[in-house]
Amino acid sequence: MLHLSAAVDQPSAYDAGSYVELARLAERGGLDFVTLGDTFARPGPDALAVLSRVAPATTRVGLVPTVTTTHTEPFHVQAAVATLDWVSRGRAGWRIEVSATEGEARLFGRRHAAPAETLWHEAGEVADVAARLWDSWEDDAEIRDVSTGRFIDRDKLHHVDFEGTGFSVKGPSTVPRPPQGHPVRVVDATEGPARRTAARYADVALVRAASPAQAGAVRDQLRADAKDFGRDPDTLRVLASLLVDLGDGEHAAEPGHGGGGPRQTAQGPLYRGGPVDLAELVTAWHTDGIVDGFHLTPAEPRRDLERLVNGTVALLQHRGLFRTFYPGSTLREHLGLARPANQYAVTGGTS
Amino acid sequence: MTVRPRRRMHLAAYFPGVDNTTVRADPRSRSRIEFSSFEHLARTAERGLFDFFFLAESLTVLSALAGVTERLGLAATVDATFNEPYELARRLATLDHLSGGRAAWNVVTSSDASTGANFRRGVFLNRADRYVRAAEFVAVARKLWDSWTPEGVSRPVAHRGRHFDIAGEFTVPRPPQGHPVVIQAGDSDEGREFAAATADVVFTRQSSLESGRAFYADVKRRLAKYGRTPDDLKIMSGVSVVLGDTAADAREKAAEIRRQQNSLYDPDGPRSFVGTPEAVAGELDDLVRREACDGFVLVPHLTPTGLDGFVDRVVPLLQERGAFRTEYRGATLRSHLGLSEPVWKG
Repeated sequence: MLHLSAAVDQPSAYDAGSYVELARLAERGGLDFVTLGDTFARPGPDALAVLSRVAPATTRVGLVPTVTTTHTEPFHVQAAVATLDWVSRGRAGWRIEVSATEGEARLFGRRHAAPAETLWHEAGEVADVAARLWDSWEDDAEIRDVSTGRFIDRDKLHHVDFEGTGFSVKGPSTVPRPPQGHPVRVVDATEGPARRTAARYADVALVRAASPAQAGAVRDQLRADAKDFGRDPDTLRVLASLLVDLGDGEHAAEPGHGGGGPRQTAQGPLYRGGPVDLAELVTAWHTDGIVDGFHLTPAEPRRDLERLVNGTVALLQHRGLFRTFYPGSTLREHLGLARPANQYAVTGGTS
Repeated sequence: MTVRPRRRMHLAAYFPGVDNTTVRADPRSRSRIEFSSFEHLARTAERGLFDFFFLAESLTVLSALAGVTERLGLAATVDATFNEPYELARRLATLDHLSGGRAAWNVVTSSDASTGANFRRGVFLNRADRYVRAAEFVAVARKLWDSWTPEGVSRPVAHRGRHFDIAGEFTVPRPPQGHPVVIQAGDSDEGREFAAATADVVFTRQSSLESGRAFYADVKRRLAKYGRTPDDLKIMSGVSVVLGDTAADAREKAAEIRRQQNSLYDPDGPRSFVGTPEAVAGELDDLVRREACDGFVLVPHLTPTGLDGFVDRVVPLLQERGAFRTEYRGATLRSHLGLSEPVWKG
């Protein structure tokens, strides 16, 4: 099964309308999910809030905001992601990122910048405690007992008593277990320090790679590491992450036009060419089993997403390589990932 | 001599949390986490032309509600003890942009040590320190909201105080309202002073006409020393309403609700109005005319249908009396509340 996702980032956009439009476009193409980046280092709105606003305006597409873990409270982060899952009825993901600069540290005045190794270790702890807190309410903890008027079955709430390197959390959460059990955790695994965290905790790993060989090598390593962490490697989806510039027109299927594959640039691997050529590249990488799918960042948000959906995706659908409708309703279902069992439930009863 | 214009009340609704005013045993009671429950209450409040709707600790739900409402103000109760000003100011500014100027922040402070055990900053602050921190928190948030020029140019901001030491640039342009509306619950002396100095709206639980009038006069009097006028701060009283076709019918329903509420009657709970729609409309109007408050926060007993009766039966009577708006005039929460936009302090 091929998985496709796209970024809906736009420079200097703070109104809801433009984000809703892009997410609906992605949903029309049947994409697994959209991402929206977030950093304290550059102008831009709070991504989780934007995608919460997008949630009631869409019905199927997964919603994956970046939420950073360095200067935020792990408890608040997990509650916000769980709530996004509730308001979207099971479509939430969370792209985990760290804040590495001293400039970002000064906005909080709580700690200094730290090396990437340290920050990604902590991000892993935040990913870990988030899943524990999502499990801290059993699925049927919220009750409505007409005879007693009780709201919560206290026996089905659990402390997590998590002791991290730099923080601790007692629990339980303030939000009932989200519809997906665990919203989907996404990590960009391109750089070394993030890769270990991705192998251990991510459901989806993004790899910025300019060649199939490079992408395949990272995927192999992620799968091997996941196995070392006691995971089934098939529970990890690895997507190649490319910038796409489809500005050269619809007719670019001529040999050599974009046919050289993505080029490495300062912003990451860039594919420049036509939507048809991009469909060829997607087909080739996926058919060879190099990646489970793609995460595409349009160079020109509206233009390139339109060309992606109306050109590339339409062709892949025509060839029977990509879904033409959403058979499921949750992001986990789109990705073919099972709803995880609750680590605290004695009976282990999940759907 | 000029005739004083009719005082129009402000109305807000509170989404019931886990507390003892809520009736859960009623078969009409629905889940308080399903988005459809929030949506129903918010849409009902908007149908009733309410000023705003407020929720505990959930900016995320409010961001989603911005997508299913058009005019209703969206207020989040968020703790100033276990959050950081940069992040919270950014989330509130984002909500204000996403909703076209409808965001509000109900500032609360937390004293709960077990809540502290969930956070990096797990330190206990005494009551006075919590207010000092909250006041500094709000001041920093406003500095951040003012850090972009009205023309959309970001400029560096720095603050060094007792609780916060931050510097850098904010990532979000000035919010559509200038500053999201700041709300504070303030029956204690510290709370009153904090509200007079800082808030746009203050919630109170005064339970009688006399105590309401005394609170109203006291809080409005405190404004002058902060260079503010009485209109700059709205006083809203928490109430619960039980309607019946007759007074006896309403009393019977109220007794039934009390039997179903989770715990014993809470004497500090919101003031209860029990009666026919005509009687309740008259009493509420009277409290506003006699300067016991500027409006009311309704605390519904039922999720999600608890506002339906008030909106369908009491609001039209308030409108007939000229005591409540018949349409939204402006687009922002500040315009509903009759609050001026804060002057940009560059």
